[in-house]
Amino acid sequence: MHGVMDTTSGRGEVRCSRPTAETLRVELVGHWRGPDEVPALTGVEQALEAAPGVQRLTLATTALSGWDSGLVTWLLDLLALAERRQLVVERDGLPSGLQRLLHLATAVPERQGARRETSRAPVLDRIGLATLALMASVGDLLGFIGDAVFALGAFLRGRARFRRVEFILLIQECGVQALPIVTLICFLVGAILAFIGAVQLAMFGAQIYVANLVGMAMVLEMGAMMTAIIMAGRTGAAFAAQLGTMTVNEEIDALTTLGLSPMEFLVVPRLLALVTMMPLLTLYGDLLGILGGGLIGVTVLGISPVEYFNQTRGALTLSACAQGLIKGSVYGMLVALAGCLRGMQCGRSAAAVGQAATSAVVTGIVCIITASALLTVIFFRVW
Amino acid sequence: MAMTPADAHITVNQLTMAYGSFVIQRDLSFTVRRGDIFIIMGGSGCGKSTLLRHLIGLRAPAAGEVLIDGESFWAASAEAQDRVKRRFGVLFQSGALWSSMTLAENVALPLEQYTDWSPARIHKLVALKLALVGLAGFEDYYPSQISGGMQKRAGLARAMALDPDILFFDEPSAGLDPISSRLLDELILELRDSLGATVVVVTHELASIFAIGNNSVFLDADTKTMIAGGDPKQLRDTCPDPKVRTFLTRGVESGKPA
Repeated sequence: MHGVMDTTSGRGEVRCSRPTAETLRVELVGHWRGPDEVPALTGVEQALEAAPGVQRLTLATTALSGWDSGLVTWLLDLLALAERRQLVVERDGLPSGLQRLLHLATAVPERQGARRETSRAPVLDRIGLATLALMASVGDLLGFIGDAVFALGAFLRGRARFRRVEFILLIQECGVQALPIVTLICFLVGAILAFIGAVQLAMFGAQIYVANLVGMAMVLEMGAMMTAIIMAGRTGAAFAAQLGTMTVNEEIDALTTLGLSPMEFLVVPRLLALVTMMPLLTLYGDLLGILGGGLIGVTVLGISPVEYFNQTRGALTLSACAQGLIKGSVYGMLVALAGCLRGMQCGRSAAAVGQAATSAVVTGIVCIITASALLTVIFFRVW
Repeated sequence: MAMTPADAHITVNQLTMAYGSFVIQRDLSFTVRRGDIFIIMGGSGCGKSTLLRHLIGLRAPAAGEVLIDGESFWAASAEAQDRVKRRFGVLFQSGALWSSMTLAENVALPLEQYTDWSPARIHKLVALKLALVGLAGFEDYYPSQISGGMQKRAGLARAMALDPDILFFDEPSAGLDPISSRLLDELILELRDSLGATVVVVTHELASIFAIGNNSVFLDADTKTMIAGGDPKQLRDTCPDPKVRTFLTRGVESGKPA
């Protein structure tokens, strides 16, 4: 249908002539196939400007050696131009393949309202819509938390339905498998804290207090927070992607139609897995951070290992450790909730799964930092 | 209130379906009799699958009611709804197998959740259901390891796990070759006759419609309501609405190219 295959480049040309005063003959010549841009309509327009009496366009071809969809778009533009100028168009001179394509392209009129309006709403409208969307999302969040609480209640009464095997796999996924990355990050954070602290404390000749600084910072906050941020990026995103994909595949619908609550079946085990594993990971992270600080203390500051150990042990209190572990559990709960919420809200496309994973990480980290600020103040006042 | 015959299994009464303020279909009223193979048909995008989602309890109607065995589904308590839903078997368009479980685990899950049978007994039943759909020996495969047609059949095995009263099929022949699609039709007929189940099928596959359907509803996207109902073969021959006849004859009868 596209004529002969031809590898020569360059577009053909348009020749206009006027066999009678009322007729403009538009002749397509040469090669209309290939990567080059089709010529503009200006030639025909100029010819029409020059001859105001023209009533009809006659289309013809001479030695048209090849053509592709580019020519069809050119002809459609020409037809639109002719319609604006109320000219009669004679297409009989075109190859039959071209005529059929033109007929197909114009056979179904554009559906009214199908084309999307792309006008931008005024600023106030957009602010209003964004506010409404925000309120709706807060509503969704609260609804989700409520459902999760009910599902957890069902679990505590021993009535939640989920697969134990899956729970054990989840424990493994967000426990043991997270150890390497937690090791690396917490060790380095401890070392960095020690380094920064050492420079400041050296001004007072109090390098030994690096052990206090690192120990308290890790145990009170950094251990829990760094672990939580790692888990938000690792496990929260994974939860959102898993649940999102299940939504896309109608797997969640399949659960619901069986009378199984996705909340109990999918969200509760994830929530429990992260809430039980986070304190353990936090404790492990604390230890690694102290080791990292110790390494710097011993090698760079010349504190003996025993001295560093004793200093750390003197600085840490049980209540500080407990505060850190409570924070760890709370962050774990938030990360799991954010991941599951975004996963369950996921739309029904591949792109939506990606957005759900991204959004789970962002929501998770925002929640972690906000909760950290709140908990620190609360512990400071109450404890 | 529409008249409900004694053997009515599902009755839909003045049902209106909407996403927010966007109405998809309004004023749908029809009855699925016990033992029917009921076809929900209509052009693409007319709301067939959405109607199915209303029938299986995934979407609440904007107005109207769905009666299962004479009980209004949406007026019932959550527990009662769960009890009714347990009598449904649903085959989703893509199979919707749980991808983290093997085929055997997929079929076993409903049994494990709703019976206190021994693992050995469940294992036997699972093997039977998979054998019924021609998947004997595939127990330990994961859904991603088998073809699309096999996933669909495995989905059917799962839908049959609890010996349902009503089987719902969402576009069962979509993505299947003509032979697999015919085999699936025969399987549906076989199941209806052997299990005594009522079958509701969403499809626009004409061959299937005439091969298995004995009752139907035709949804129209333009008028946003049902424009015909009854035996598809009779509709093809005698329906007064040319739109329905055109659909059921692929546009050949009315002389208009489809």
